[in-house]
Amino acid sequence: MASYKELVAEISQALLSIDKRQAKDILIRALDKYSPIEIVENIITPSLEYIGESWSFGNVSLSQVYMSGKICDDVIKTLLKPKGISKKRHPKMAIAVLEDFHTLGKKIVLSFLETSGYEVIDYGYGITVDSLVEKTIQDQIEIILISILMLPSALSIKEVKKKLKQANFTGKIVVGGAAFNFDNELYKEVGADYMCKNVSEAITVVHRITSCKITKEAY
Amino acid sequence: MSDKMTSMQRVLTTLGHKEPDRVPIFLLFTMHGAIELGLPIKEYFTTPRHIAEGQVRLRNKYHNDCLYGFFYAPIEIEAWGGEVIFRDDGPPNSGEPFIKKFDDIKKLTLPLVKHTKCLTKALEAQTLMKQRVADEVPIIGVVMSPFSIPVMQMGFDKYIELLYEHRDLFEHLMKLNEEFCVEWANAQLEAGCTAICYFDPVSSTTIINKELYLQTGYKIAKSTLSKIKGPVATHFAAGRCLSIIDEVAQTGTAVVGVSVLEDIGQIKNACKGKMTVLGNLNGIEMRRWSAQHTESVIKETIAKAGQGGGFILSDNHGEIPFQVSEEVLYNISNSIQKWGVYPLNWIE
Ligand code: B12
Repeated sequence: MASYKELVAEISQALLSIDKRQAKDILIRALDKYSPIEIVENIITPSLEYIGESWSFGNVSLSQVYMSGKICDDVIKTLLKPKGISKKRHPKMAIAVLEDFHTLGKKIVLSFLETSGYEVIDYGYGITVDSLVEKTIQDQIEIILISILMLPSALSIKEVKKKLKQANFTGKIVVGGAAFNFDNELYKEVGADYMCKNVSEAITVVHRITSCKITKEAY
Repeated sequence: MSDKMTSMQRVLTTLGHKEPDRVPIFLLFTMHGAIELGLPIKEYFTTPRHIAEGQVRLRNKYHNDCLYGFFYAPIEIEAWGGEVIFRDDGPPNSGEPFIKKFDDIKKLTLPLVKHTKCLTKALEAQTLMKQRVADEVPIIGVVMSPFSIPVMQMGFDKYIELLYEHRDLFEHLMKLNEEFCVEWANAQLEAGCTAICYFDPVSSTTIINKELYLQTGYKIAKSTLSKIKGPVATHFAAGRCLSIIDEVAQTGTAVVGVSVLEDIGQIKNACKGKMTVLGNLNGIEMRRWSAQHTESVIKETIAKAGQGGGFILSDNHGEIPFQVSEEVLYNISNSIQKWGVYPLNWIE
């Protein structure tokens, strides 16, 4: 039976070729040896991280990133969930597209995070500063993920930060989207805690914040 | 002033892969005209006169080598009956997609350019520009490529699914979009535009891989460009294109607009004698450039891509963000006057 490393390589190849059948076959074989949760954590997540990261270097295209997420979503729902995977325990998080109407970035990040076992509330798109702040506070969100495409929307995060602070928000703001990929300083300017250039970084950062928070809470 | 040529002569010389008097600069303004005229963005776009006046004033102010006949990408969505949403600190965006399910594609009817108010307004603006500058300054018209516009027609996620999973409907949509695109481009050339900028970021390798490009965006560009009755500049709107550059050259485009995410020197080498390179200043970062930084970026860009002509300095997206200040723009303009004069003897 193939090792995790071999399976990650095989499934990545199938995903990049948008070959859902092949991806499914690989995972059916993997189920002989590994549990559904082991498959998600050690095969699917690393593979999606590899694909997401390769996009930043220009080796993989966005359409491949999107379709890979979609195939994994589907495989998890139809193949792995019925065999039982428990959700991770983690701080409450939500995602929104601020002011913009561009939903693809959010959709990809949401799908990759869910595939990796996180539960994320979806606040939708075109949300205003006030409405985002209100929901974040009301729902006691600890990690707020904000996606944008347009520069003016990115600049509006400044207001979000200010109003969240006024409301005594102690969580983290994680931002991403096209405008941030052209200016490494922009996230600091708008007061975000983290910026992710691709969906792989999104998984890494969320993982880092959640493990840090969970460890702190344990004491 | 070092300028010995008109903007038109300068641009034509560089397009012929020869060195003009200085590196031409295309400052692609869409919203700064509103600031010049003291108008909110939405109001600015209501009248062709505003746009023409704004463009002429901006050219005089910054020694720009073109007038930009572009309103905003979703103007074409408006033409198809879709929604445009304005904001007062940035470009308008398209609203809810009007193709809601794949089958809606079969029911689409083509907008007729000459009977579509938002488009005739843009044509009128371009004609007014032509009256103002005659043949001294190139006027750039804009179309969204048939292959890229579906992102606004149906949403990006659904469009990617269409591409991979519903090729027949995709082909049908491309046929309609190509017909519209050609009519719209040729109407702009008739109205007074010198060349057409063909925005095709979905063809960039940021969005699709080369293999898929060769089956789709490449063929569509080749077919569409062959029917546009004037020179075309293909713009990837800050998407990557280095690995498809040879194929882009084969689509019949004269110019390629390139991203700051790739090395302009490498791109220039790959394009030598085949296509003029347009780019690649980072518009988003530009907001906070100091005078010194501006000068060094412009020097570096010219040093990498300026030699031998075949180069127009511009931003990497085809639009300067509204937030870029007058001061930065003056610095860019001054730096090109200082470092863009041919021959570029200062380059080692
Ligand atoms: C393709 C493209 C187009 C296409 C389709 C755009 C669309 N989505 O509607 C077309 C031709 C229609 C277009 C038009 C326009 N565009 Co355009 N376009 C692009 C391009 C090349 C890719 C954008 C895209 O959709 N990418 C796909 C998304 C999913 O990628 P992404 O946002 O980067 O998301 C990834 C990561 O950033 C991350 N991520 C995203 N969100 C989040 C959130 C969190 C929390 C985390 C952790 C991570 C994360 O994960 C995602 C997956 O890896 C970019 C330049 C570029 N190289 O990025 C310009 C760009 C987005 N365009 C831009 C602009 C301005 C426009 C227009 C307004 C121009 C105009 N005046 O009309 C129009 C508006 C279109 C509209 N919808 O109304 C600007 C926006 C910035 C700005 N200047 O304000 C860009 C960035 C170009 C630039 N460098 O300036 N465009």
